[in-house]
Amino acid sequence: MTVHARRQGLITAMTLLPILAAPPAEAAEAGQIFTFLQAEQLERRSRDGADSLNWDIQGWIGTDDHRAWLKSEGETTDRGRLAEAEIQLLYSRRLDAFYDLQAGLRYDPEPAGDDGAPARSFAVLGIQGLAPQWFEVGASAFVSHDGEVSARLNAGYDLSVTRRLVLQPTAELNVALQDVPERGVGSGVNDLELALRLRYDLTRKIGPYIGVNWRRMMGQTARLAREDGEDDDDLAVVTGIRLWF
Amino acid sequence: MTRFTTAAGLSRRSALKLGGIAGMASLVTIHTGRRSFASAAGIYELAITADRIIIDGVSSKAIMMGGTVPAPTMRWREGEEVVVHATNRLDEPTSIHWHGLLIAGVMDGAPGFNGYVAIQPGETYTYRFRLRQSGTYWYHSHSALQEQAGMYGAIVIDPAGPEPVRADRDYVVVLSDHTAEDPMRVMSNLKGDAGYYNQAQRTLMDFVRDARDSGFNAALSDRLDWGAMRMDPTDLADVSGYRFLVNGRGPEDNWTGLFTPGERVRLRIINASAMSIFDVRIPGLPMTVFAADGQTVQPVRVDEFRFGVGETYDVVVLPREDRAYTILAEPIDRTGHARATLAPRPGMSGPLPEPRPRTLLTMADMGMGMDGMDHSRMAMTGDGMAGMDHATMAMADTTDLGRPLGWADASTPPGDKALDYADLVSATVNGDDRAPDHVIEVQLTGIMDRYMWSLNGRPFGKDQPIRVRQGDRIRITYVNTTMMAHPMHLHGMFVALENGQGRRMPRKHVVLVPPGRTMSVVLTASEPGEWPFHCHLLYHMAAGMMTRFIVDDQTT
Ligand SMILES: [Cu+2]
Repeated sequence: MTVHARRQGLITAMTLLPILAAPPAEAAEAGQIFTFLQAEQLERRSRDGADSLNWDIQGWIGTDDHRAWLKSEGETTDRGRLAEAEIQLLYSRRLDAFYDLQAGLRYDPEPAGDDGAPARSFAVLGIQGLAPQWFEVGASAFVSHDGEVSARLNAGYDLSVTRRLVLQPTAELNVALQDVPERGVGSGVNDLELALRLRYDLTRKIGPYIGVNWRRMMGQTARLAREDGEDDDDLAVVTGIRLWF
Repeated sequence: MTRFTTAAGLSRRSALKLGGIAGMASLVTIHTGRRSFASAAGIYELAITADRIIIDGVSSKAIMMGGTVPAPTMRWREGEEVVVHATNRLDEPTSIHWHGLLIAGVMDGAPGFNGYVAIQPGETYTYRFRLRQSGTYWYHSHSALQEQAGMYGAIVIDPAGPEPVRADRDYVVVLSDHTAEDPMRVMSNLKGDAGYYNQAQRTLMDFVRDARDSGFNAALSDRLDWGAMRMDPTDLADVSGYRFLVNGRGPEDNWTGLFTPGERVRLRIINASAMSIFDVRIPGLPMTVFAADGQTVQPVRVDEFRFGVGETYDVVVLPREDRAYTILAEPIDRTGHARATLAPRPGMSGPLPEPRPRTLLTMADMGMGMDGMDHSRMAMTGDGMAGMDHATMAMADTTDLGRPLGWADASTPPGDKALDYADLVSATVNGDDRAPDHVIEVQLTGIMDRYMWSLNGRPFGKDQPIRVRQGDRIRITYVNTTMMAHPMHLHGMFVALENGQGRRMPRKHVVLVPPGRTMSVVLTASEPGEWPFHCHLLYHMAAGMMTRFIVDDQTT
């Protein structure tokens, strides 16, 4: 799937969603359908090397108990060439007051350029929710179509400094059970990403931000990167906007 | 619009001059869309249309009955038969529910209940019922979120016998909350982020202030206590961005009721808002409450009262001075105010008091024990409530920081009297004083973080209907497990609030159950049918805080 196709898919989804969420005829109706679509990150990452454009979008459609989730994150070069991306389509079932169990598919399209590894697809099983003290947390396990197993843990927190100014630390950890050399992935802990964004909410739906994003490759993955002449350490200043559609 | 407000605002005396009691019905002329025509006494044409209204000079979308927001005041007389032809000129189904009226199920107007089907676009439904009661009531849509968009109006039923009080002026005061947003969008925002409209969530700056006031450790442990539950002590109301209206007028429009100093003025105050619980007062003018939810109670003199969505209070005031008095209604989250004026001449306005501070919920509002006491079981259960009022509860919650703490703390000045449910004493002795045959516990439940609301943990559609037999004597015990107050409304029958008043328990159609508390009501299941039983906060009901209360007919 190309970036263009994905964008089209998103636009189609965005136009369809309000139609599906028609008002009920009665005062209360079981299983009403609602929608949610948020770009948590739409940002430019500026660093020593080439700058990039990154996104992290999540959305859902469904009832309180059953939802279809769409998650996408990725990076293009500042010339718009796809560097890496993934899109997940998940069925989500409410477990309790705070957590959802999610299962579905992940698709990583082929990056642009000649060093591009082939597109890959995965089965996904995950849990997502709100931990005590208001930490947004998630854990996902991925099995690729070649049987390789990996996992991802993430957490984030919105600290309101004032009513509009929000400091948002986030952390993400990726782990693999085996080497996938053509993807530059070694077994063990692959990378740790820490970020701090300072956002100003113009409204609840529009919030420009600045921040820093630091990604450190680790273990085998770091070694593979160095062998390829890449940096195993990536520090970027980010400027972007959070949008709720 | 003006025509109606005038009609509703006419003094009792001038109304009588205009044609006596018999003239009352024809005085309430009904607009159908933009046309208007007088109807025969007791027969009304009511069109439901989508149009724009202007509030404080700003135009916004509305759905209305009879061409105005609020809808025309229905002035009826006990014992008469009323016929209302309601025509749906919207492009979606609609309905009209007669809130508080004792009525046959199919005329009650709640789609999906009692065989009543929503009025489809272009269709006319004819309501026909005989009035079995008198007092102040209201009517509103029971479909989708149309009530939020403007579909509400007052009902005044004059008694067949004498009025319980003498009044020189008689005004309807319809309080409501208006949003410029599409109500469906409001609901969708709440589902995406339940705290979307909370503009008062605690910040790092608040923490710094709390740490300075009460010490770092105390402030931190308070934050951790709330964080452990993933709850927010600033969660008083779910929706903000409202403009609060009196008879469809914003605070700038300043709806005005006229009086001559020394006259007795009757105010029929109706909380027709979608989501707003109000604290109501008229600074400098004590109010004598003599009816609650249309039912006469022994007069209580108060300086202010708090009332939930759907409740009504009839009060009498005696303005003696030749000056303007401000009627002020502040929602409990203090995000604005509704304001109107009582004045000897048009164009006057009274002083606007300083806004009162917003309270902060406490662990006691969560039903958590305080000083080893379990409030959820202690307060307001049957006779246990006697002698105990909101003021004492509030004092127990208040620390010495000078800020209001606890849901019940309305910042009532010392020495002022706020109405308490325990003060409501029915004017007549309760007809049925049998002990309850059945006790039904109804837990008020919700998952705030997901904006899910339910009764007994089951949202409407997955609910377990309550089923009783006609003639049964029932006690309903509300156990509020949430940190919000829920105005609980039963269609078709009055409930008697167990407020410690023995055989003079007040009869109500809405009972406001404070957060974390338990309250009980009793009723005689006299009206067979399948009645809606729900929280009257509109978005709570829409999210599923509703069930069926089925009274099996024993005569068939
Ligand atoms: Cu509620």
